[in-house]
Amino acid sequence: MSQPVLDVRDLRIALNGDPDAQVVKGIDLKIHAGETMCLVGESGSGKSLTSLATMGLLPSVLKPIAGSISLGGEELLTASPRRLRQLRATDMAMIFQEPMTALNPVMRVGQQIAEVLDAHSSMVGSDRRKRVLEMMEHVHLPDVARIYNSFPHQLSGGQRQRIMIAMALVLKPRLLIADEPTTALDVTTQAQILKLIRELREEQGTAVLFITHDMGVVSEIADDVTVLKLGEVMEVQKVDALLRTPRTQYSRDLLKAVPSLIPREPRPALADAVPALETKDLRKVYATATLFGGKKETVAAKDVTLNLQPGRTLGIVGESGSGKSTVARCIVRLIEPTAGSVQVSGTEIATIPQAQLKPHRKRVQIVFQDPFRSLNPRIEVGESIIEGPTNFGVSRADAMKRARELLELVGLPASAVDRFPHQFSGGQRQRIAIARALAMDPDLLVADEAVSALDVSVQDQVLKLLDEIQSRMGIAILFITHDLRVAAQICDDVMVMQRGAVVEYGPAGEVLANPRTDYTRTLIEAAPGRHWDFGAFRPVAGVEPALG
Amino acid sequence: MLRYIAQRILAAIPVMGFVALFVFLLLRLSPGDPAAIIAGDAATPEQLEAIRERLGLNEPIYTQFFDWVSRLLQGDFGTSILSGTPVIDMIMGRLEPTVSLALTTIVLAILIAVPLGVIAAWKHGTLIDRLVMAISVLGFSVPVFVIAYVMIQVFAMNLKWLPVQGFKSIFDGVGPFAERIALPTLTLTLLYIALIARITRTSMLEVMGEDYVRTARAKGLREGRVLMRHALRNCAVPIVTVIGIGFALIISGVVVTESVFNLPGIGRLTVDAVLARDYPVIQAVILLASLVYVVINLLIDIAYVLLDPRIRYA
Amino acid sequence: MTGLADTPASAPPAGPSLASRLRAIFFAGPVTSIATVMLFLIVAMAIFAPLIAPHDPIRLSPATRLKPPSAEFLLGTDAYGRDLLSRVIYGARISLIVGVGAAVFATFIGLVIGLAAGFFRRFDAILMRIVDGLMAIPSILLAIAIVALSGASLWTVLVAITIPEVPRVVRLVRSVVLSAREEPYVEAAISLGSSTPRILVRHLLPNTVPPLIVQGTYICASAILVEAILSFLGAGINPETPTWGNIMAEGRVYFPINPGIILWPGLVLSVAILSINLLGDAVRDALDPRMAKRGIDR
Repeated sequence: MSQPVLDVRDLRIALNGDPDAQVVKGIDLKIHAGETMCLVGESGSGKSLTSLATMGLLPSVLKPIAGSISLGGEELLTASPRRLRQLRATDMAMIFQEPMTALNPVMRVGQQIAEVLDAHSSMVGSDRRKRVLEMMEHVHLPDVARIYNSFPHQLSGGQRQRIMIAMALVLKPRLLIADEPTTALDVTTQAQILKLIRELREEQGTAVLFITHDMGVVSEIADDVTVLKLGEVMEVQKVDALLRTPRTQYSRDLLKAVPSLIPREPRPALADAVPALETKDLRKVYATATLFGGKKETVAAKDVTLNLQPGRTLGIVGESGSGKSTVARCIVRLIEPTAGSVQVSGTEIATIPQAQLKPHRKRVQIVFQDPFRSLNPRIEVGESIIEGPTNFGVSRADAMKRARELLELVGLPASAVDRFPHQFSGGQRQRIAIARALAMDPDLLVADEAVSALDVSVQDQVLKLLDEIQSRMGIAILFITHDLRVAAQICDDVMVMQRGAVVEYGPAGEVLANPRTDYTRTLIEAAPGRHWDFGAFRPVAGVEPALG
Repeated sequence: MLRYIAQRILAAIPVMGFVALFVFLLLRLSPGDPAAIIAGDAATPEQLEAIRERLGLNEPIYTQFFDWVSRLLQGDFGTSILSGTPVIDMIMGRLEPTVSLALTTIVLAILIAVPLGVIAAWKHGTLIDRLVMAISVLGFSVPVFVIAYVMIQVFAMNLKWLPVQGFKSIFDGVGPFAERIALPTLTLTLLYIALIARITRTSMLEVMGEDYVRTARAKGLREGRVLMRHALRNCAVPIVTVIGIGFALIISGVVVTESVFNLPGIGRLTVDAVLARDYPVIQAVILLASLVYVVINLLIDIAYVLLDPRIRYA
Repeated sequence: MTGLADTPASAPPAGPSLASRLRAIFFAGPVTSIATVMLFLIVAMAIFAPLIAPHDPIRLSPATRLKPPSAEFLLGTDAYGRDLLSRVIYGARISLIVGVGAAVFATFIGLVIGLAAGFFRRFDAILMRIVDGLMAIPSILLAIAIVALSGASLWTVLVAITIPEVPRVVRLVRSVVLSAREEPYVEAAISLGSSTPRILVRHLLPNTVPPLIVQGTYICASAILVEAILSFLGAGINPETPTWGNIMAEGRVYFPINPGIILWPGLVLSVAILSINLLGDAVRDALDPRMAKRGIDR
């Protein structure tokens, strides 16, 4: 076989160059022209560091201490800074996770691409501009003349990532490193960007090192896969082989933890129960005053009507800006609904003034997305959990006793009451947040993207925990998520929202298996890896997916 | 964008209103009879009554306030008790030395401090960085009048390079002007070098951790270009803000510097007025200094529009 | 969060004792250590002034006017024949009283107002206009005017120095409260039915403490500086009282004869302010290095 474009051998990276503090512990990688190698792993696996080391962009505290990285036969670890600078953008280029922060906010995007030509070619003036516009068309940006003169904040997330890709590929480098390039994007945008990367790779014969944590994305884009764990290579396989016959337990666990897109068995609906939550024509409008006394209105949620029975889970699914979180926050009364009714266990709470809301607070509890910010870092876990009950007159001693029980219920030791949040991992904190919510004995638990910030394996455990708690306590759960897989696994009913409006609402099996609207269909089709049933190590029945 | 600028201008008006109210209340709420304070210790009861009548002190307090403000708006700042001349004339006559000193100080500070801050951030953690930080903390801590006397001791008395005191207008020739403004400028500029170098370093350090600086490096740009076009350009807003506020508050430093170097500017006028309790002059200087502050802040806000497209195209 | 096993964290390591944490802050490096020692010496000088000072700092002694440094008068004498060293030693008292007093008053008043502004939105709009107005007046001018009008005494000087600092503290506290209000843990507390006062005290107040300690240090340094300027300009505590600014003001005329009258108190004053600023930086770095970037600054 021909010489690989990128050949990484026994790469070791250590904190401050200390051999006892290795974060990358001997990684090997080979990527050939026109191939995509996916680097998969959870946080702390060292996947991003490997790519930064290749570009010579490691933070100064991290140093490669052994091994070699060779690009087309040229050693990079020992190359001079000057040589590395020459190679960047011409032979190797990189795109990043968050295109908003990766672009200079005060520079026109066209100039940011043109700068690459300035640095590495002799192209000037109109030639240069022509080449940039050409490249922008190549990544399918619309109205390129206008976008050339735009600033990053004036573009959408997908457009920004296209700019990044244009910037990376304008000089046709041999290697493209893509570090979670679609993670910050909505699912439909993600599908388009993946398609674009595949297309350009074929056209330019680029070797792609694609870093991701998402097995769905892997199945869409990889030729080969390297699975990393804590800085070590677990296994290297062709993508099909990995998905069907993973060799290591770690890969198997990783795949099993991916929630299936196929909705789980629906639970029988309870007849005649008082709904835990019922909203009618719930509406939230944000009004901003304009200079001359007028008003500009933004409808964040309109006419949301839903019904959730005790012991069941309703998922609200949508992309960013769909209004799903607005609905959740209205229901918890963290923001004031503009119109409509919200009934919790038969009591109307939308119209109660804030001051008289307290007695109703305990019926609805919320779990937030970011486990690092949802617990007060200065307060012991136990104190956080008993805050609610003591507000409602429960004695400290009783509340603390219950807190210990609840911690055990969510799978933590009772002794955790005396510790501070920073002593726990993200998944553990999310368990604590759940325990804090349960301490109020709520009728309704609102989970606002509660598992989105977690690694897939931890996500799986928290989802199982919620399910278990629900069957034990008969609580109703309103689950807000952007992730169809998660929705399919936890919800009895699903509501799809787009730009503040309800697009589709029905039993999860119906909505996700036989969508009635185009938008829902688009969402499902955009879900990466939808042809694979990862947990079962085989394609979804009846479909033979085209890989890579 | 126009909406933003209009908002800023509208917001500046109540601020000036509150300043006027403070300055007014300062005299009215201080213990003792305002007429007695204004008249000085040796006034007869008849003189006091005359002053009360003239200032309208027998009127209700809100009438007094609005009368006073409406006179201010017509440019009438009253007359000096000490000299009997209109306050506005006294201030105009003292503007040149102060403006000269303020401008030379700020320009020199920017020329020295911005490069220092950039280098310190670029060479973060090295000896150069620590040296810049040391200069900065010294500039903050050593009072202006202490620096002033050290300067006089070294440059005027020991080395005899420069005259100790006085002021010559720039219209009388650049040489004499520069000779006399040099020591006051050197004295005062240290504080501003400290201020500007530190904000430059801090914001550069922060910006250099941003993703887009990493992108710029990933593009294979030269370090100089990464620093100037990507990093420093994004620091413009905080740096301009600090320079502007520093300029707006320079009156505090000017009061002391002019006093030490005997420059006949606004600062001297203020000190003399305070010692003589020439209240109309004190009032006018405070109002003027605050107006300068508000106007410069307004200019800073408008500068944001030029510096940050996110505001321009909001 | 690494790997598949989401196992409970092991027992927390025992936190270091308060004494060792303080030691870690105040003796963090050679520069900080020197600052700590210097400040300690100046505080000791202020407290034990009557025991240390070789002469009476106030009584006039025409016989010993403007003497150069000698064994009897280590730093020489001033125009009234008073021992310069003794006056400098006593000068530490006023400076420290003003510095600590202004820091305590300004932080406390600013904290109360800032908390209220951060939480009660209606109050906030008016209050911030007033704060903007106060901040527009250069602090030294405001202080001079207050002292000039109310007559010079320790109290009026203290008030005159404290008032311009308050709006800065209000802004700081308000901004901390406003950003903390957005934290999910505060929203969680709201949904747990906690009352507004409880949320203020339990969840928001603690966030203001670290930046306030740092800000308080800087106010202390700045107050000492402003007091010296006021005295130096003749708008401070009466000229008989030995303050560093007063000593220097008297020395202006005699600077060519005895520069020490200005340079010695100037040196001690600079060292005092420098030490306090350096310790402020050290405390800031220890409590939260990101503070410098959030505008908690001198």
